[in-house]
Amino acid sequence: MGLATSRRGFLRAASGLLVAVALPLKTRAQDAAAEAAVPAAPAVPPGAFIHVAPDDTVTVIVKHIEFGQGPLTGLATLVAEEMDADWSQMRGALAHADDALYANLAFGMQGTGGSTALGNSFLQMRGAGAAVRQMLVETAAEAWGVPPAEIAVARGRISHPSGRDSGFGAFAQAAAQRPVPAETPLKPPEHWVLIGTDLPKLDTAEKSDGRAQFTLDLYPEGVQVVVIERPRSFGATVKSWDDADARQVAGVRAIRQLPQGIAVYADSTFAALKARAALKVEWDLSAAETRTSQALMAEMTAAAREAGRTVEESGDLSGLDAPGVTLLQAEYSFPYLAHAPMETLDGVITLSDGRAEAWYGCQFPGLDRPAIARTLGLPVEAVTVHVMLAGGSFGRRAQGSAHFAIELAEVAKAGGNGSYKLMWTREDDIRGGYYRPMTVHRLRGAITPDGRIAAWENVIANQSIVAGTAMEMMMQDGLDPTAYEGSINLPWTFGGHRVAWRRVDGKVPVLWWRSVGSTHTTMATETFLDELLEAVGKDPVQGRLDLLRPDATRERAVIEAVRDLAGWQGSKQGDRGYGVAFAKSFGTYVAQIVEVESRDGQPHVTRAWCAVDCGIPVNPNIIRAQMEGGIGFGLGAILHSTITLGENGAVQEGNFDDYPTLRISEMPQVEVTIIRSDEAPTGVGEPGVPPIGPAVANAWRALTGQRTRALPMIQAGGVV
Amino acid sequence: MTTITINGTQRTLDIDPDTPLLWVLRDELRLTGTKFGCGVAQCGACTVMLNGTPRRSCVTPVGMIEGADVTTIEGMAGREFDAIQAAWRALDVPQCGWCQSGQVMSATMLLQQLPAPSDQQIDEAMAGNACRCATYHRIRAAIHDAARTLEG
Ligand code: FES
Ligand code: FES
Repeated sequence: MGLATSRRGFLRAASGLLVAVALPLKTRAQDAAAEAAVPAAPAVPPGAFIHVAPDDTVTVIVKHIEFGQGPLTGLATLVAEEMDADWSQMRGALAHADDALYANLAFGMQGTGGSTALGNSFLQMRGAGAAVRQMLVETAAEAWGVPPAEIAVARGRISHPSGRDSGFGAFAQAAAQRPVPAETPLKPPEHWVLIGTDLPKLDTAEKSDGRAQFTLDLYPEGVQVVVIERPRSFGATVKSWDDADARQVAGVRAIRQLPQGIAVYADSTFAALKARAALKVEWDLSAAETRTSQALMAEMTAAAREAGRTVEESGDLSGLDAPGVTLLQAEYSFPYLAHAPMETLDGVITLSDGRAEAWYGCQFPGLDRPAIARTLGLPVEAVTVHVMLAGGSFGRRAQGSAHFAIELAEVAKAGGNGSYKLMWTREDDIRGGYYRPMTVHRLRGAITPDGRIAAWENVIANQSIVAGTAMEMMMQDGLDPTAYEGSINLPWTFGGHRVAWRRVDGKVPVLWWRSVGSTHTTMATETFLDELLEAVGKDPVQGRLDLLRPDATRERAVIEAVRDLAGWQGSKQGDRGYGVAFAKSFGTYVAQIVEVESRDGQPHVTRAWCAVDCGIPVNPNIIRAQMEGGIGFGLGAILHSTITLGENGAVQEGNFDDYPTLRISEMPQVEVTIIRSDEAPTGVGEPGVPPIGPAVANAWRALTGQRTRALPMIQAGGVV
Repeated sequence: MTTITINGTQRTLDIDPDTPLLWVLRDELRLTGTKFGCGVAQCGACTVMLNGTPRRSCVTPVGMIEGADVTTIEGMAGREFDAIQAAWRALDVPQCGWCQSGQVMSATMLLQQLPAPSDQQIDEAMAGNACRCATYHRIRAAIHDAARTLEG
């Protein structure tokens, strides 16, 4: 096992390329993506995805960025399965930017997001593996003078009953000369030996001993470190600047104005930071957002009190106003959130006479590469983007605006020929915008005198993530589904229901944050549902099961599974509160139960149980890891996180001291159960996040009687 | 001029004494296993061993540690480190990996001090090491796992 991410290692492996990338391309990839919701069989030569080296190692070229969610291992598993390879011979490497070869079949361009990596690759990678296996078998058959049908492949060995036996490497060169088979059957699931097993991850060893190479670790010859002084108010521009003191700092090479701010170029990181601190910049706030979070929240709350535009409606809503019903109402407010990936945004770019080469944790190569080319006035072919391992993303690197790629290109443009390493500090990151949108939910529910939930209404106000960006194509008839996903298509049977969205435009840049709309919709709907169940005197688990549509079998299975895993006894036992929540997001079904106690009057989560149905579980080890990580990530946010705009709209938080992240002492014991399934696999990177917040809030309510209407929970005024 | 020993080799550095050790390690010596996460001693990604104890290299001006003995993840060795490495691999602890050098440094130094730490001792020793991927559940389990192998 291992990672083949170093360029040198990669070129060495290239000597034994099985199928050259230069093979004539079939260009069906784009059409196939457009046609098929279920990704089509590979239209790209398998050599673009699989390299077999003379030493038998098989390197899978992974078209998705790896930042911990596991595609490197997941996609290699699919290839290894169909090749009948041994796991120990598998390696992974990240593909460079090339839409023709490496498009996400769910997007039609290269990119990672929406927990689609495994799902869109499921048939494509297996197809590539099966094709390469067949080419190896045919080559061996020819060499041994036996019919291909008599050849067996298992655990990386090709063998014939006559006793002949070989690894893959010996036939790699010759197999590369063969035509790619038009069609190769895929193994039926009952023959799988790797899919569904706990294979160790390919990148663990290098990430445990400091060897894994990330963007910031690159030091091309003569590289200058660049940091940028940016405005504290979103939309502000440079009025004037004075760099007299900054220029005195030893090691400073240049100071230039870019559209993004004032850039310092220096020989070392410390010189760049020291010089930046010595800059004096005056900002023009005339076009900036200067309102405080409080003012923005007031605007959002007022918007949520309007009717909004209906996005889903069914049944009879009259129950909301009928005489005799009990009407429950609640408003939930959600702050802006920064993603704060552990590795801040950073990138390396080399510009040399009409060519640019960039290395960074590029999540949307399909958007970034043309953006770099445009900024530099170069043809796209003159720009190479190498996708690096990235220290987390949580959505932060998936930029419809390509703002980081553009900034990196601006740095090179202003610097001229040379190599540059652009680094954001943690303060740049926390104050840099592209937040989970501030959101308000207004919920109303009606309960009939005989104890039924007769009607449900949810009005959501927030800023659109995709409107006005390159992702605008995700808008549906003026509606941005990411603004309210998770609030519609709920599995519960209410008498009548209505969900509406009120779009509120703003100047604070917003972006998807791990699980996107479901970060707030699940919190609002699953805590409000608990309130209604409480009002009708039902147990939170049984009440949910009773409310499920009859056809909601996968929902039922995860709720029952988590109930059994946790040994659910009710929502309060002694000095412990228990809460449950369910969410379907990105096609994956997750139910969680938590155990919460009060420590110094604050919620402390001691245990969490999780049941997940993500279709065929390709690698249970990764699924469990993503559930554990999703729980911790979501928990940190609901307990601690808020981005607050203060005077002149300046973000008040700046680092992990005032934008706290979950610490190990706050991490619950987590138990995960995975539902057996033969449905197509769906993602796991995001779906672990949505249920944790409402499960904790529901447990806290059971324990203390306090409702959570605003986040974070641990903050004066957060718990009401 | 500042002289320090790094991973067993004495280095004399002609450098601004205010420069944090982190950037000396990375920019000057290309020891890139030590990571930047916050720059203000809040995340632990930059943890190194300084004279045998954990130190946040991002807030350690190199001029202040004249004569010190520094070990980075690249220079780590010994029973505790090997046990931690084996446990990290067995449990597939890392996700994105960015924080993991710091986690491994803190965990190794914990086991050097306390061969069989309790959950609470682990939480205390590791509280300064943030992991945005929240691999904490496995970190805790892996430290116990490593402690068990050390016991024999
Ligand atoms: S970078 Fe030193 S503690 Fe965060
Ligand atoms: S593994 Fe990603 S921050 Fe810890």
